[in-house]
Amino acid sequence: MEKVIEKSKKAFITGNEAVAWASLAAGAEIMFGYPITPQNEIMHYWTRLAPKYGRGFLQTEDEISAGFTVCGAVQSGRKAFTATAGPGNVLMQEPFGMAEAMRLPLFAVIQQRGGPSSGTVVYSQQEVTLTTYGGNGEGHRIVYSTATHQEIYDYTIKGFNTAWKYRFPTFLLGDGYQAKMREPLEIYDPAERGMDIIKPYPLIGLEGHIGENRDPQHLCNIYSLEEELYEVVMKFAAEYEAITPEVVEYQERECEDADLIILSHGIVSRAADDAVKALRAQGIKAGYFRPITLRPFPQKALREAIARSGAKKLLVAESAYGQLERLTRQEIYGETIAIETLFMPGVGIVDYDIINKVKSIL
Amino acid sequence: MIAPATPKSWYLPSKPHKFCPGCGHGIVLKALGEAIDELEIQDKTIFGCDIGCSLLAWDFFACDSTQTHHGRTTPVMVGIKRSRPELVCVGYMGDGGGYSIGSQHLLNAAVRNEKVTLILVNNTNYGMTGGQMAPTTLPGQKTETSPYGRDPELTGYPTRGPEFIAELTPDSAYVARATVSKYKQLRRFMRNALRNQIEGNGFSFIEVLSTCPTNWRTNAQQTWAFLEEEMETYFNVGELKSPFGKGDK
Repeated sequence: MEKVIEKSKKAFITGNEAVAWASLAAGAEIMFGYPITPQNEIMHYWTRLAPKYGRGFLQTEDEISAGFTVCGAVQSGRKAFTATAGPGNVLMQEPFGMAEAMRLPLFAVIQQRGGPSSGTVVYSQQEVTLTTYGGNGEGHRIVYSTATHQEIYDYTIKGFNTAWKYRFPTFLLGDGYQAKMREPLEIYDPAERGMDIIKPYPLIGLEGHIGENRDPQHLCNIYSLEEELYEVVMKFAAEYEAITPEVVEYQERECEDADLIILSHGIVSRAADDAVKALRAQGIKAGYFRPITLRPFPQKALREAIARSGAKKLLVAESAYGQLERLTRQEIYGETIAIETLFMPGVGIVDYDIINKVKSIL
Repeated sequence: MIAPATPKSWYLPSKPHKFCPGCGHGIVLKALGEAIDELEIQDKTIFGCDIGCSLLAWDFFACDSTQTHHGRTTPVMVGIKRSRPELVCVGYMGDGGGYSIGSQHLLNAAVRNEKVTLILVNNTNYGMTGGQMAPTTLPGQKTETSPYGRDPELTGYPTRGPEFIAELTPDSAYVARATVSKYKQLRRFMRNALRNQIEGNGFSFIEVLSTCPTNWRTNAQQTWAFLEEEMETYFNVGELKSPFGKGDK
């Protein structure tokens, strides 16, 4: 496969363009997509770049089809992906469920928009519950929530690897702000950084002759007996729990002596970081904790940060009405730290929103 | 006694199959198996099945197979074919999966002239879920959700799938309606529908009229009479579009 980026270089591009470049660099072979704002430019850049590197694209009739074509493509051994948002993310829960059930290395970029329903085309953090636990299953998925364009680039490359290494559907959870704004970042070939790119392999359409040197492959996601399904789900759960320590990622700053820890994810964590700096400058001992993986959630690290600091309060700040907060509560059940909230569903959060909130609760 | 000939591409550990006595699926799958054997494509065939009675074919063939969701076999086959054009992708579904919940996929795959072969078994009802009304249920036909007979004033007329697909596709597509009552013709159509994909011509679609005595609540004579007298009268059997020359109507 032709090298996409010869030497690492600075770029000043939108997050959507960063996804397209990173997917090319990660060796993605085909994208299936359906238009929905704010992820459209991922397709726009991909359709311009892909033919130059011998990669494929299909605009499907809807998001259900985009998800299922990805399922078929990865079963046949091709590194495939899709991108969507909002109501498209709702429709894709069906194919995402199939990917969960059949352990397909599906990779999808979600650029959150406002909800419920058509909501806004702009921005939110309201697709956390859907992306982490959507579908009629157990949420055996890996979800990276990015905060910068550099992370979008890095975690797109990493996301493909994670999907193909562990075979749990993997998501990059961005948002409309990250999708549309321009920001400097460095784009690079993964090999230049010493990163191994995991090679895709087929589950069906294998080499050889059936009945002579290989058996036919029969893939399924439905079972006749309760016990059969139970065994499958329990095995997936055990495998998911086993890989959690090596998959889970988070950032923690200034928590050592914090009286209050600000918990946020994605782009809001940038406001939280600024808020912590400003509060510290004013003599207020604030700490910063950010899950990078929302699934699996860094609950152990968060519990340790709470214990180490002796913080009395945890402020959850998010552009949703409690989706991160509910996730956090279930993950750190039993902790006695008081949980305060700053919920701003579907609108951006800046540093002074957090600073004002902190001052009002101290 | 001469044992019945079994297609080489059948997967013997899953036989005898699990379809009800008198069900037409076994005949359709035999015709498909014989066509796969004849064209020598067993190693490169991907068989995809829907949810519904077609699901029971998930391990029917000694071919690489994948089972999908209700109505979603078409996009899965499209995803595979677009990724690996050298494979022969065969989607297998019922009338509910193809004409109702999966109709958006079916018609768009037809419009895009996707190089896949789709086989849709029409038995005028949802068999697996207990005999509800399907898009293909005949006027007046009783089902669990049309217990007084299908009233076209309320629920429209039966879907004539091959007719609308023929309208949507270019000349390189293959579109036919077969019936389990005419086996040799069924097998020939099956071969054509596979050949059309192998030659890279275009979309290939066969609807097969089939039987469902369990949900029709019919005995053997009544079953066959419903197929030949009712269904084959409403649904014309024959090739609607074939790149291989004039078909038989």
